[in-house]
Amino acid sequence: MLYREVGEFKTSYAQDSHTFPIKFDRYRYYFVIIVGLLFIPFIINDYWANAVFLPFLIYAIAALGLNILTGYCGQVSLGTGGFMAVGAYASYKFMTAFPDLNIFFVIILSGFVTAFVGTLFGLPSLRIKGFYLAVATLAAQFFLIWLFNKVGWFYNYSATGMITAPSRSVGSFFITGSESTPAAKYLFCFLFVFLLAWIARNLTRGKIGRSWMAIRDMDIAAEIIGVNPLIAKLSAFAISSFYVGVAGALFFSVYLGAVEPTEAFSIQKSFIVLFMVIIGGLGSIFGSFAGAAFMVLLPVALKNLLVLQFGWSVDIAAHFEFIIIGGLIIFFLIVEPHGLAQLWNLLKQKLRIWPFPY
Amino acid sequence: MNQNSDKMMDIKNIVLRFGGVVAIQNISFDIFKGEIRAIIGPNGAGKSSMLNVINGFYHPQEGEVWFRGQKRKSMKPYQIAHQGIARTFQNIALFKGMTALDNIMTGRFTHMKKSIFSQMIWEGGASKEEYENREVVEKVIDFLEIQHIRKTPVGALPYGLQKRVELGRALAAEPELLLLDEPMAGMNVEEKEDMSRYILDVNNEFGTTVALIEHDMGVVMDISDRVVVMDYGKKIGDGTPDEVRNNQSVIDAYLGVSEH
Repeated sequence: MLYREVGEFKTSYAQDSHTFPIKFDRYRYYFVIIVGLLFIPFIINDYWANAVFLPFLIYAIAALGLNILTGYCGQVSLGTGGFMAVGAYASYKFMTAFPDLNIFFVIILSGFVTAFVGTLFGLPSLRIKGFYLAVATLAAQFFLIWLFNKVGWFYNYSATGMITAPSRSVGSFFITGSESTPAAKYLFCFLFVFLLAWIARNLTRGKIGRSWMAIRDMDIAAEIIGVNPLIAKLSAFAISSFYVGVAGALFFSVYLGAVEPTEAFSIQKSFIVLFMVIIGGLGSIFGSFAGAAFMVLLPVALKNLLVLQFGWSVDIAAHFEFIIIGGLIIFFLIVEPHGLAQLWNLLKQKLRIWPFPY
Repeated sequence: MNQNSDKMMDIKNIVLRFGGVVAIQNISFDIFKGEIRAIIGPNGAGKSSMLNVINGFYHPQEGEVWFRGQKRKSMKPYQIAHQGIARTFQNIALFKGMTALDNIMTGRFTHMKKSIFSQMIWEGGASKEEYENREVVEKVIDFLEIQHIRKTPVGALPYGLQKRVELGRALAAEPELLLLDEPMAGMNVEEKEDMSRYILDVNNEFGTTVALIEHDMGVVMDISDRVVVMDYGKKIGDGTPDEVRNNQSVIDAYLGVSEH
């Protein structure tokens, strides 16, 4: 009943291209922003930050990035873990080499470094497509992790081969290191998610987004309308890698604090982010968030349910978690191959005419 | 008519080979500004290859393409699009995942100049540019009478409407030269009539030069100003529909020649 577009008349093209064309959607969006900004920071504690909010926000950035590349531009990438590692190591090098540099700019610069690396590994996309490109990006994954293990300069020749984030702050709030508070970390990540999601939305609704989708759907026709495939593909790789790099930098410096590349940025990371994008919905900003929520929040919720409610032992619960999540992934893909975003759209369409569907 | 100054395109002695197969053998013809030029011929005559040469998918081994009085260098298809040549395909080549509106908006690509940074923040002219181009697109949508399917994903549209959306995408680019590869293939009589009317209107109202490939002789003879006939990669006839109709080699190619 609340969900109506009746009586909402668009009188300009600007109104017609609103992100949330229906009032109810718009208010719900403002509500989420306000709760996220004014409510959660005051009640957040270590558990909620580390188990739920930080991984969700950071993975959402990575999923947005991969969605730009795979969902919008149609280029499959399995190198996400490797590119996250580039972001992480870039932020480590910036933090240790320029101790006075604000952490905000460190993260942004790491994004640019990753964008550059991503563009290099995107070059094969000009020649190869589909599965073959996926294999080419897989090479990036293995090469980059090998590089960060092998070359001492990247981890400042530390004895363990690990990198540890030094303490950095914005104003008087510590974001990284041992003195940081959950609320500060959360708000820092929230800021990045908000900015990057907004930029992703703007890019995908305009000229460049359409050129990506044109390349994705029919590259020959894209050339005919004037899209330079070189620029379209490489810009998708660059911007996608920027997002993934920012996610990697946040993952290392804000979330984990110390990482070892083989462990933290393995091929599994690439797959998890790819699953998020596929389950959430290819070519949808909302889908990136839905997918990240699915892959991050569901395991936590299941664990709580099985261990705390049913009193199962932790290891059995962990195994069941895998089974249930695997089953749900298959279920969702069969029910709706276009992901959670499409399910959400269908639900909205139903709600639009509810309770009088005829 | 002063033919030299009015030539939109002049194709001189094109030879196109794929290995040992000669797809186009030494073909020359011209396209005047503002005319409807048809290319006809039996299957495999090299008509589509000819269009692909014109918009840069194929690079002929010999011969020259002159466009607007200048010899054209070897160019990529997207560069040719920026010169003002648009086309549609024999098998519909729409962007299936996008709505009809977005598909036609992609046709405005060459007219949108704002930087990526402006697009990122949707300020500094990017949104204004988007809405201005939307206005042009809406005119095309009105012209083709497809208002009702604006927001429908094109994959879900019936064949005839998909053809129309594809024409819309080409028109949105406001091309000087419009290449149509079998715009009426697979249509019923009514749809063909509609499509012919759109082509004539585009030609009359916007002054767009049209070059089209079509198999329906009735349509070709009705709407085109001049016709090129190809067979086995060679040009066997060129002239007004009436001249072509009475050309003996054209009749032979279409009806066959008896052996003795």
